Amino acid sequence: MLRRFLERFTLTDLFMWLVGGSILALIVVGSFLTLRAGHYTARHWFDFVVFGLAQGSVYALIALGYTLVYGILRMINFAHSEVYMSGAFTGYFVADAMNRSGFLDQNPLLALLALFAVAMTTSITVAVLLERIAYRPLRRSPRLVPLITAIGASFFLQYTFRGLYGSQNRAYPDVEVLDGAWSLGGEFIIQKIQVVVIVAAAVLMFGLYTFVQRTRTGKAMRAVSEDKDVAALMGIDVDAIIVRTFILGAALAGAAGVLYALMFRQVNFFMGFIPGIKAFTAAVLGGIGNIPGAMLGGLFLGLFESVGPTLFLDGLGIPAPYQLKDVIAFTMLVLVLIYRPTGILGEQLTTAKA
Amino acid sequence: MTKNTHFNWLNALRIGLIGGVVALLISLVGMVEEFGQRDIIAGVISMGQTLLIIAMLMGGHFAAARSVDRPGPLSLAGGALAGLVTSGMLAVLVLLIGPLNMRAILPNASPALINILTFEQGPVPGLFYLLGAGALVGVVAGLLHILPPLVRQAIILALFWVALLGLLQELLRVTLTNMPAVGAALSWMFGSGTQKGLSVPGAIAVAGVVAGGNYLWATRGAQAQARVRAMPPARQRALQWGSLALAIAVVLYLPNILGPYLSEVANNVGLFILMGLGLNIVVGFAGLLDLGYVAFFAIGAYVMGVLTSTDTELAYRFNLTFWEALPIAVAASVLFGVILGIPVLKMRGDYLAIVTLGFGEIIRILALSDFLKPYIGGSQGIVQVGRGQISTVVFDRPQTLYYLIVAGCLLALFISRRLRDSRPGRAWKAMREDEDVAQAMGINLVATKLLAFGTGAAFSGLSGAIFASKIGSIYPHSFSLLISINVLSLIIVGGMGSLPGVFVGALVLVGLPELLREFSEYRLLMYGALLIVMMLTRPEGFWPEATHKREFHEAAASEVAPESAPAS
Repeated sequence: MLRRFLERFTLTDLFMWLVGGSILALIVVGSFLTLRAGHYTARHWFDFVVFGLAQGSVYALIALGYTLVYGILRMINFAHSEVYMSGAFTGYFVADAMNRSGFLDQNPLLALLALFAVAMTTSITVAVLLERIAYRPLRRSPRLVPLITAIGASFFLQYTFRGLYGSQNRAYPDVEVLDGAWSLGGEFIIQKIQVVVIVAAAVLMFGLYTFVQRTRTGKAMRAVSEDKDVAALMGIDVDAIIVRTFILGAALAGAAGVLYALMFRQVNFFMGFIPGIKAFTAAVLGGIGNIPGAMLGGLFLGLFESVGPTLFLDGLGIPAPYQLKDVIAFTMLVLVLIYRPTGILGEQLTTAKA
Repeated sequence: MTKNTHFNWLNALRIGLIGGVVALLISLVGMVEEFGQRDIIAGVISMGQTLLIIAMLMGGHFAAARSVDRPGPLSLAGGALAGLVTSGMLAVLVLLIGPLNMRAILPNASPALINILTFEQGPVPGLFYLLGAGALVGVVAGLLHILPPLVRQAIILALFWVALLGLLQELLRVTLTNMPAVGAALSWMFGSGTQKGLSVPGAIAVAGVVAGGNYLWATRGAQAQARVRAMPPARQRALQWGSLALAIAVVLYLPNILGPYLSEVANNVGLFILMGLGLNIVVGFAGLLDLGYVAFFAIGAYVMGVLTSTDTELAYRFNLTFWEALPIAVAASVLFGVILGIPVLKMRGDYLAIVTLGFGEIIRILALSDFLKPYIGGSQGIVQVGRGQISTVVFDRPQTLYYLIVAGCLLALFISRRLRDSRPGRAWKAMREDEDVAQAMGINLVATKLLAFGTGAAFSGLSGAIFASKIGSIYPHSFSLLISINVLSLIIVGGMGSLPGVFVGALVLVGLPELLREFSEYRLLMYGALLIVMMLTRPEGFWPEATHKREFHEAAASEVAPESAPAS
């Protein structure tokens, strides 16, 4: 046993073990020191966790779009972050108009539904056009070609929306019903908006899961993701199923955009970029191509990112650890891809067909 | 005339609608207005209008080609219909902007845009002018479609050169008026005083010269080439060396002609060529899509900054000169290239792209953070980076830096060429085509990949080190993802794996936006569109490497073979 292990153990493996070991040691020592110092009370940690879950639900919704498309086309839809941005950005104008006319405060439920409808429709339109113009003609090209197209599409969409709507930050209006917080007894309070985001995301994800598992279209989608050619032989219209997959992913992304905008109140043309990479990380974390995996990965990443900087870095005496939360997320992406490329729940896809 | 030509007006209508959407997008994104400030032919046509005309021409061309099954007079009708529909959609926009104030949502739907679209004639005659112009441009497109290819090519080239010279007139005038002989010709061509763009006679002259030259080359070019080929080998070689020597002399003398501003532009292009040559090894030769390439540029720049500046606490301890720091900066980049390369050895394609993108962002965020601020300055960056010096020549002005950058580019070009044709180069290409097969053939994938990452990082680090010294200060904001995308775009536009392609790509994608201020606003929009269009129509790039070209066309040919014979 040991001899065989030593034979296969190379210098690069040693390097990787060293990197992994030192990061693990850093995390353990950092957490220990932070907890021992005790600057943070239970209430702080509770806030971090709730915030992380809310943020993580948004990531999970976006991650589902990556995972759905990857499952079927085996490509990373790099422009998915712009699908998400387009919904939130367009939604702003509807929200703003409804706020000015007073409709938002009189009929908050109806107004929010309209807002979601507009954002999701915009996202779906963008995604369908994207699929039709940029991806479909390249479905049988070498792998690098659609990926580069997707990168191009991402920048094209970003700067098109910048040109159309302007480059400044737009502030979402205040929704009165979503203001304020609930007390959970003692010192624990929870923001209403965070609860709404978590619940809405959970409902949407449950809906998607049921759709994919129970409906005819869902069944066809699963068949296409197994094998496109055989699915076509079974009488499935592959092109139509791919379009529906893009529609599903885009609808979730549009909803995620509005939820994000309601929580953080600000939208601009560049808002998709970072959440896009994070959501991709979440999808990889859960095992790309795997729907429950994306949900789990999103929540996990949100938590990690919210709790992580304080827990791991504060004790090490690093100033302003929250600045490094993106570093934590990206490091996690790299580590997952190195040590468990299949993700938490995923299947072997990284090397199989890549 | 046994068969009637069939006119498919629905196709023309559809293409016109697509053209209309494109024209609307160009208008609403603000390009028409922004580019409207730059005239191509003074007082006659502006850059913004040219963009719309190009959209209509393309629409008319496709409509003429797709609506009629064989070129003929009906092609004109197809083109006209498409042009009319396109301009009709713009007319609808004009009508809508009037009563509905959309500026709160679409800031570019402004009165100025209406003015441009209606030729400043007010809605009633203006809209008819717009529709008429659309139809006319469509007819011209149809006409171009049915003309013999030789004439068509001459006209298109002539229009292209008129547009290019019109765009560049300011620069040409500034740089060339010092030469007495050229000055007079220029002031005739570009008109006098403050007007922008070509004068009308100037435009006609340019069009005439280009069309005539193209015609001559098309009819006589083959003869001239045959004459050269018929020469004895010794003279052929002498001719080659002679033209090479001439090219080198021009490159060396260039900064004297260009002046400080254009030399600065040339320097920026040079730095991007240097990075492009590096990324070309990673992406073009080895097929590893790296989106975090800017990381090595940043590392080169920061090492140079820390070692030569006296600004930060850490920097004060070293205080090396530029030439001492340069090899260290490059070595540090190589080291990081290898270190960041090891974790991604087993990843392919998409995953590699995302992880490298993550690396790039990690480096940028770390540079920006308070955590490393005592060492590398955080968001305030590092100032007073050292300058290079050879005896009395200090590399602090654009004109002297130019030589440093040219030397770097030539070195990188030489290394790239030698590597491409040697054993590692062939190993890279084998790996690019199929990793598993390459490994089965006995190629050591680990060494081959790390060599690619290391060499690519070296060029980028060199570029970064020179950049730091050139600017004299370093800020984390200079190292955003956009640089990686910029470099990637330029090697893809030039042709992946092609060395001349890097130069072409850098000149077009970096040089043009630097020269034309209006372009830089829409730089990334155009890069994005360019990447999509290139991948859809010409994935091998403008100046492709021979094998790549063959490959892409083979794939295309085998796919469309049952329907039609390959076009070229």
